[in-house]
Amino acid sequence: MNRLWTLITKEVRDGYRNRWVIMITLIMTTLALILSFLGSAPTGTTSVSPLAVTVVSLSSLSIFFIPLIALLLAYDSVVGEAERGTLTLLLTHPVSRTEVILGKFIGHLFLLTIAIVVGYGVAGLTISLTGETNFADQEWKSFIRLLLSSVLLGAIFLSIGYMVSAWVRERGTAAAMAIGIWLLFVLLYDMGLLALLASGDSGINGELVKWLMLINPTDSYRMFNLTSSSDTALLSGMAGLSSEHRVSDASLILIMMSWVIAPLVTACAIFKRRQL
Amino acid sequence: MNNITLTSVSKHYGKTKAVNTMGLTVATGECLALVGHNGAGKSTLIKMVLGLVRPTAGTAKVMGYDPMATDFNRVRQDIGFLPEQVLFQNNMTGRETLAFYAQLKGASLSGLNDLFNRVDLYKAADHRISTYSKGMRQRLGLAQALIGQPKLLILDEPTTGLDPASRQNVYSIIDDMKRGGTTILISSHALTELDSRIDRVAILKQGNLVALGSIAELRQNIGLASEIKIHAPDSSMELLAQHFGDKCFVNGVAHFSCPADEKIALIRELMDLNISLADIEVKDPSLEQIFLALTEGQTNE
Repeated sequence: MNRLWTLITKEVRDGYRNRWVIMITLIMTTLALILSFLGSAPTGTTSVSPLAVTVVSLSSLSIFFIPLIALLLAYDSVVGEAERGTLTLLLTHPVSRTEVILGKFIGHLFLLTIAIVVGYGVAGLTISLTGETNFADQEWKSFIRLLLSSVLLGAIFLSIGYMVSAWVRERGTAAAMAIGIWLLFVLLYDMGLLALLASGDSGINGELVKWLMLINPTDSYRMFNLTSSSDTALLSGMAGLSSEHRVSDASLILIMMSWVIAPLVTACAIFKRRQL
Repeated sequence: MNNITLTSVSKHYGKTKAVNTMGLTVATGECLALVGHNGAGKSTLIKMVLGLVRPTAGTAKVMGYDPMATDFNRVRQDIGFLPEQVLFQNNMTGRETLAFYAQLKGASLSGLNDLFNRVDLYKAADHRISTYSKGMRQRLGLAQALIGQPKLLILDEPTTGLDPASRQNVYSIIDDMKRGGTTILISSHALTELDSRIDRVAILKQGNLVALGSIAELRQNIGLASEIKIHAPDSSMELLAQHFGDKCFVNGVAHFSCPADEKIALIRELMDLNISLADIEVKDPSLEQIFLALTEGQTNE
């Protein structure tokens, strides 16, 4: 336990030392603020909570940005240390390979959580304080859901990143694969589904397409946040979703949790078999 | 008792036989040198001892444990290792780096100042590693290997890239550790400087163990000649020429070469001539010459 703590604190200190946390937090805050103000402009004095608008805007930002920074953090973690020679040295110490991966995961997730909570928190607070709606009457529940699920989204892509990093032999390969994975989950997958729907084949089962979509964790994340309240659903066009097409929060969380655990376990297994 | 016991271990990477059915033991307190060209299997052998690589065949036992078993973690804190090439993180200070490894080993942090002193890095301990020279980085690596008073010290090319003063520093540390009873496994190219420090040499060639023994034993077995050089006044030289024939004279110095075990007899013969000699130099074949004789004909990568 002590050793795991040592590994975690090292990752956190690294993130702090190379100014990673500062940079990402600043970028997240800036982007979140810009999006929030752009998003809140047209609401005027409608009955929709400004914070609900922010949640919808920020969840779109998250889907692009969080997987990217999580993959950037993770892709280098094993293969980079292997290239520098510190991995060999580290593994001659009394630490298991699983502890090494877990230490990196917890440390990186902590850094990511700071960036998300600070970045989105600043945006959320600014919006709710400058708006006309009562502070307490805001859609805080949706906002908290956004923060938690964003951390979960980050965790998913961290795990996937370690899987790549433990598997490949060169940093360049890992970087290329990380970008490929990002493109696949964030853009290509949905485009493929859209193409499938647009093909107009009458044999396509709506239920099947829905689950095909939710298998992609970024879509699960989207669904989780956009249907989190009547306001967010209305704003994102999800309100028309009939109740039978709604997916329960529990299922969405389950899908996302599996996307954290399965790649993480696989990453450990691959790492254990890695030749040094 | 043996600290390291390798019983016909092999490690094959695909078709490459990095290490080929090798048997080797290192006794407790012994200092064994692994010598060989690049690609001879030294690093692979070290990795098997450290439990980083699983042997394709054969068994390894280090301090009584199988290095690949999970309970090997119990003895890992007693092993110090300096990898052939290690790039510590530039944005950390020397002290932070050592503290990290010390915590992993469960060693006390109070001993770190002493370690920095030993490798002559005390003043730079709190500077970032990005400001260190190559030699300083290598010395930091060595300090890292000494954390927690290891019972087994494994050094992979410890003097590569070091200036002569730093080399001497490394050698004096090795001497200290040896005196303290630490078992040392060292792989090196700097053969001449190792001569006096090691108990036994293992010479590796393309994954095979071609020779194993003390330097004196190897000398005898290979039959490399010792060189004897004699400086003397001209009058004595004439006597020497009469006695030994004049083919051994080069630039006014007499050269003799003889098998190591006939050295004493030759010197006695010289003394018995009862002539005045200015100086005698005796040179035994160095580890380097033994190594070259054993690995002759192999192209260096």
